[in-house]
Amino acid sequence: MSGLADRLAAGRFTVTAELSPVRGASAEAMLERGRLLASWVDAVNLTDNQGAHVRMSAWACALAVRAAGLEPVMQMTCRDRNRIALQSDLLGAASAGLRNLVFMTGDHPKFGDHPGAKPVFDLDSVTMLWTARTMRDEGRLLSGKELKPPPSGLFLGAVENPFAPPEEFRAARAAKKIAAGAQFIQTQYVFDVATFGKWVAALREEGLTSRCFILAGVGVIRSARALDFLASGRVPGVVVPEGIQRRLRGAGEGNVEREGHRLAAEVIAQVSQIPGVAGVHLLTAGYEKRVPELLELAGVADGRGPGAPGPDAVGAGTTPAVPAAGA
Amino acid sequence: MPATPRLSPRQAYLLQAVMRRRWLSQRLGGLVERWPLARRVFTAAERKSKEDLFGCRMCGQCALPVTGYSCPMSCPKELRNGPCGGVGPGGACEVYPERRCVWVTAYERAATAGRAGDLRLLQRPVDHRRFGESSWLNYWAGRDDRLWTDDDGLAAPPPLGRA
Repeated sequence: MSGLADRLAAGRFTVTAELSPVRGASAEAMLERGRLLASWVDAVNLTDNQGAHVRMSAWACALAVRAAGLEPVMQMTCRDRNRIALQSDLLGAASAGLRNLVFMTGDHPKFGDHPGAKPVFDLDSVTMLWTARTMRDEGRLLSGKELKPPPSGLFLGAVENPFAPPEEFRAARAAKKIAAGAQFIQTQYVFDVATFGKWVAALREEGLTSRCFILAGVGVIRSARALDFLASGRVPGVVVPEGIQRRLRGAGEGNVEREGHRLAAEVIAQVSQIPGVAGVHLLTAGYEKRVPELLELAGVADGRGPGAPGPDAVGAGTTPAVPAAGA
Repeated sequence: MPATPRLSPRQAYLLQAVMRRRWLSQRLGGLVERWPLARRVFTAAERKSKEDLFGCRMCGQCALPVTGYSCPMSCPKELRNGPCGGVGPGGACEVYPERRCVWVTAYERAATAGRAGDLRLLQRPVDHRRFGESSWLNYWAGRDDRLWTDDDGLAAPPPLGRA
């Protein structure tokens, strides 16, 4: 099993972070950001051509990240590959020992850097999860053909947006993914903790939080411009409530980052108290340096950092020491 | 492009009762399938009526009975298992913001009719060979019996294959 799965199964508060692959033929720039996170987070997600923008493939980045001492979570979208390519890539990932996989439908090409690309969407997130589970547990492809050997030890993840309409259906949508095979779910940005809490409660009532780990998505809004962009409605699925917008704007021109940092720490602290929440998923691209501070301010940094002992310090010993917070 | 159904939920579920597979419809389907010309005419009639009423894309494996008669194949991502995460705050499709998400429409219509539970059924992957075929004939002949699961699949892992 994966280290991520072990940690979650042990009931320990877990932190994952998104690491976006680079546009270029070297992973070095991404690894530099990744090293800042090593020993502070339990695993990093490698996005699959995020926002339909071409980046280095997630599997290549996942291997590079692992070699650098971090535990990778490989994302796979259904946007660019049909069921043949998806299953084949899953087998390749499994053979390379990439066990943590997250499946999603994916952003439409219209939003990316190749808006004229053919959208595939042969499978959706639910049927993809179902296929991966069938491959692992039944040792069969979607076609029914036998796999020799089947991919073993896979830890299957999904994403969900508790804030998008129809809100009443969002827990049911997560339940479908859990039925299809999802063992953990990473959510869209949580700014509205109350709505997120209701969504988790709905899953808890069905007993689903005991069979699927929930990681709340947390981001840091660092500037008025970033706030405008996130609140503009142009970022698929992101909702910044009025109150939050007022608070950040009220902080004044130069202070948005400081307030955004505090806000993110508060969100982490609040969601960590919700029964059924197993951890957080940091959507903090470009903010890696200050992640240690953020976790400390949120009160979830215990046992983390370069000096921290124990098996939870992923890749400890193989990664260079990380400078202290805010350095 | 996301379509808006032109039948009310009540009318649509009434149509469902009329079209249900029974002895008569199976006989009719069997007869139509015997002659290629009859089959073509029947399929063309289905295409015309369902395009007008539901924005049908003739996938040949109709999910309308369990989606509040809002066509999931008119979703730009052809999602048959529910809405993506990009639905706008007002229920707008992320790809065509001037249109309403088919799943927001589906949820409202199904809920109105007390059928919201339908949306929790797991939909199996689409068979692309069936595009252009008559889904009514496929349904009456029992060829699409396993398009979706019988329940929400949570109690036991449902088999993935349609065969």
